[in-house]
Amino acid sequence: MHRRGVGAGAIAKKKLAEARYKERGNVLAEDQIVQMSKQLETFKSNLEEFASKHKQEIRKNSQFRVQFQEMCATIGVDPLASGKGFWSEMLGVGDFYYELGVQIIEVCLALKHRNGGLITLDELHQRVLKGRGKYAQDVSQDDLMRAIKKLKVMGSGFGMIPVGGSYLVQSVPAELNMDHTVVLQLAEKKGFVTVSEIKDSLKWEKERACHVLDHLLKEGLAWLDSQAAEEAQYWLPALFSELTSRDVTPEEANQMTP
Amino acid sequence: MDRFSWSNGLLEINETLVIQQRGVRLYDGDDKAKLDVGVALLSTHRLIWRDVKNHECCIAMPLSQILLFEEQAAGIGKSAKIVIHLQATPANKEPGPYQHSKYSFIKLSFKEHGQIEFYRRLTEEMTRKRWENTPASQPIPIGTGSQAGRTRAVGIVGIERKIEEKRKETDKNISEAFEDLSKLMVKVKNVFLCMFIFYCGSHIWLRANKIKDKQFGLRSYLLSMGIADPVTRETHGSGTHYHMQLAKQLDDMLQAPLEERGGMMALTEVYCLVNRARGMELLSPEDLVNACKMFESLKLPLRLRVFDSGVMVVQLQSHSEEEMIASALDNVSDKGSLTAEEFAKLLGLSVLLSKERLLLAEKMGHLCRDDSVEGLRFYPNLF
Repeated sequence: MHRRGVGAGAIAKKKLAEARYKERGNVLAEDQIVQMSKQLETFKSNLEEFASKHKQEIRKNSQFRVQFQEMCATIGVDPLASGKGFWSEMLGVGDFYYELGVQIIEVCLALKHRNGGLITLDELHQRVLKGRGKYAQDVSQDDLMRAIKKLKVMGSGFGMIPVGGSYLVQSVPAELNMDHTVVLQLAEKKGFVTVSEIKDSLKWEKERACHVLDHLLKEGLAWLDSQAAEEAQYWLPALFSELTSRDVTPEEANQMTP
Repeated sequence: MDRFSWSNGLLEINETLVIQQRGVRLYDGDDKAKLDVGVALLSTHRLIWRDVKNHECCIAMPLSQILLFEEQAAGIGKSAKIVIHLQATPANKEPGPYQHSKYSFIKLSFKEHGQIEFYRRLTEEMTRKRWENTPASQPIPIGTGSQAGRTRAVGIVGIERKIEEKRKETDKNISEAFEDLSKLMVKVKNVFLCMFIFYCGSHIWLRANKIKDKQFGLRSYLLSMGIADPVTRETHGSGTHYHMQLAKQLDDMLQAPLEERGGMMALTEVYCLVNRARGMELLSPEDLVNACKMFESLKLPLRLRVFDSGVMVVQLQSHSEEEMIASALDNVSDKGSLTAEEFAKLLGLSVLLSKERLLLAEKMGHLCRDDSVEGLRFYPNLF
């Protein structure tokens, strides 16, 4: 008489059943894996087809790049994660952005002595375009921002500060908190700011304003004009526009009266 | 600009259109012409320009008037231009937009690019001088259209149609690309979703059943797609073969530059150096970081180091910390005091890295700082 349940025989049977299930499960799992591999193959060839048709588009059309990036983001894919990655190899997306990264670093480094490591996105864009030359592909500000995001991972202090409808790009690891950011935004209109302006607009105490301005001076992000008519002015070289500034040679500087 | 005559834009019997370009503004010498941006058309016989909004505003000039021409490169905020120097006005020239001009040259400013091709074609036509072989005969008159080209006729419509066709084709190419992309992304989404579910499920299942990890390369495939491992949340196989190879390559490539720079280089510097050398198949910032992380385990004589400020550097292992601090202290004592800039000049290091060294020495208690608005200066710590 068969009885389900206890007993050495039952246990052995149970173990056997489990082992069978496991085996079956393995087989099933393997089946699935084979299926999956097939799907991947098809998918891969779809991607290859896409790549061969539209590779140029990625490099020439910045709008296309934006769409591509946004679509990748919605499905949780980071196409720029690795140069050896699928997207880089298939579409050459990576090279475009990594090269841009190099150009951005070089521009920021070249100007750091002057602006302390802070530059407007506009100026960065212009200079990168200039550096790339007349025949290179066009580059949009969206492209720059994505490249900058990638550079952060190297601990280089790259970041973006929203200011006056656009951004300031920071390329040095200077500590900039909300207070500093807000003062930068205030300075954006005229390129400089005074303690009174800060007190009036932001309703801060004098100490707080001075503390922030001193920090900006120390970091080389601001220059002090203590000879200004009414009150000392704190200028931000990052915000100097082509119209109001001009590089001066040492000879010219010597000729100027102190 | 006084060489142009009003035209109805009709092409003459033996005249053929060579190229047209939108977004062109004319200049009378160095001054902007009192015309809007329009379309420039080059034919075998003439240079024609038409206003985009007001199609009746159309002017033309025989190519025989052109003396010589040259390109003017684009600048910041300035479009590329073609400068065209002209011969003296012939006596029988028909009236045009300008009675007189003090300039004997004009410029075409290409606000929507296209200057390269236009220049090339202009060069070709000016070399071939096709207008000499096939003197244009009068166009078939349609009514008594005045010089201002009030009659819209075959010529302009033909040109317009060509422009439209070309634009549609370009648009079509682009929208096809976008369409393909959307379709692709739907597929991608589906496949990835499946893979994710399968991957997570199988991972759990395999674990639960204590079966050895047999992922059929699925994990590395997902990672190469830029999808983080759903279980460990890495975006890279750490220690993948690729990164190991990279690490070894970096070791070879960086020995000399590191020696030149006092044994230390910021990671951003390395990134630029390596990618400039490669030219193609560039490294991503993450690739570089991951490769550097492997230096120690691969027993290579380089190290990745992260300072308190977050700055990451690659340094030669032979340059020990004690040595660096001792040398910093020596230099500062020697000069009495140093700023990061001065120290950088002394050692031939970048300002960023020299600052890090001074900060390190300070952290170890060998230096102390004088922090003022004039800058950060370091002194030997006598306390």
